[in-house]
Amino acid sequence: MPIAIAFDSGGNAATEPWIKAANATYPCLIDRRHIVAELYDMVNVPTAVWIDERGKIVRPSEPAGVTDAFRKMNRTNFSIPADAMNELQAKRKAYQDAIRDWVANGSNSRFALGEAEVLKRMHTPDDGQVRAAANFRLGEYLFEAGHAEAAKKYFEEAKRLRPESWNYKRQAWALEDPMKAGGPEFWAAVDSLGEGKYYPGPEDI
Amino acid sequence: MAMDIIYGERANPGVEADAAGGGLWLNRADLKHVAGWEYKPQGFCKGEVCVPVPDARKGEFVDAGARYNLAALANLIGQPVVTDAEFNVVCVGEAAAERKRMLTSLDAPDFTLPDLDGKMHSLADYRGKKVFVVSWASW
Repeated sequence: MPIAIAFDSGGNAATEPWIKAANATYPCLIDRRHIVAELYDMVNVPTAVWIDERGKIVRPSEPAGVTDAFRKMNRTNFSIPADAMNELQAKRKAYQDAIRDWVANGSNSRFALGEAEVLKRMHTPDDGQVRAAANFRLGEYLFEAGHAEAAKKYFEEAKRLRPESWNYKRQAWALEDPMKAGGPEFWAAVDSLGEGKYYPGPEDI
Repeated sequence: MAMDIIYGERANPGVEADAAGGGLWLNRADLKHVAGWEYKPQGFCKGEVCVPVPDARKGEFVDAGARYNLAALANLIGQPVVTDAEFNVVCVGEAAAERKRMLTSLDAPDFTLPDLDGKMHSLADYRGKKVFVVSWASW
């Protein structure tokens, strides 16, 4: 069963057009406070976690079928060159195939990881990162209460404490201006990665 | 003064609290209601778990008026505390050690969230099925 979680402090207003267009047969849930991001230590979208029938994690949070090929996007007309598009589509298909393999073969699937491998891949937050989450939560609370200006400094602190969280960056930009999350600030942040990865995806898929 | 206290996933509006000196002093009933903690001879307790308070530091946690310092308790167990003095909102987050304990148990942490129609769904509703949890966003 897929469960899609929208990390969206904009709530229904922000997510409804997308959810209606997807017309999904599975639950599409709205996570204004990024609760699931905190519980599973997710720092970007799309990020996935695989959970088996017993409620055990068999793949910890990982980028779900995406690559850094989007960085070749034309920033004016948002078109993606053919080679980059092929890379993105191949990665997406490989990830979908891995999910299908798990659905068919369960724990015998080579993509359903053993406990030791799950623990090896899993990241858990440190003190600064849980402090970032508390700042983000306070910012989101103030924003929801109509205090957008007061919320800013807590979003800023969350971003400062956890710079690898694209969720914090892009959510905070989007609350200022819906177009900002994909605007110059976003591309400057991506460029500042240098050779670093935006989506450090799993190596076995 | 009345403060909004966010503790864990729940926000508790208008709780009578004294935030002087970086503390967060609550009465016994509010400590239990907001945070689930009760003060007992062995320390602060929640269910089977008790956090002992060092005798020499008791004054940081309990005062003569039977008020309890939730901020001091949070600091003791590693929970971050962030306070907005303008709107009197305080957020007590989860401790890194608790997040680590939950995740490394490999038991998928449960959550309950609404769909567009406001209907609530919990991860636990889908026990017995494989679940592929995937995040996205409009931004």
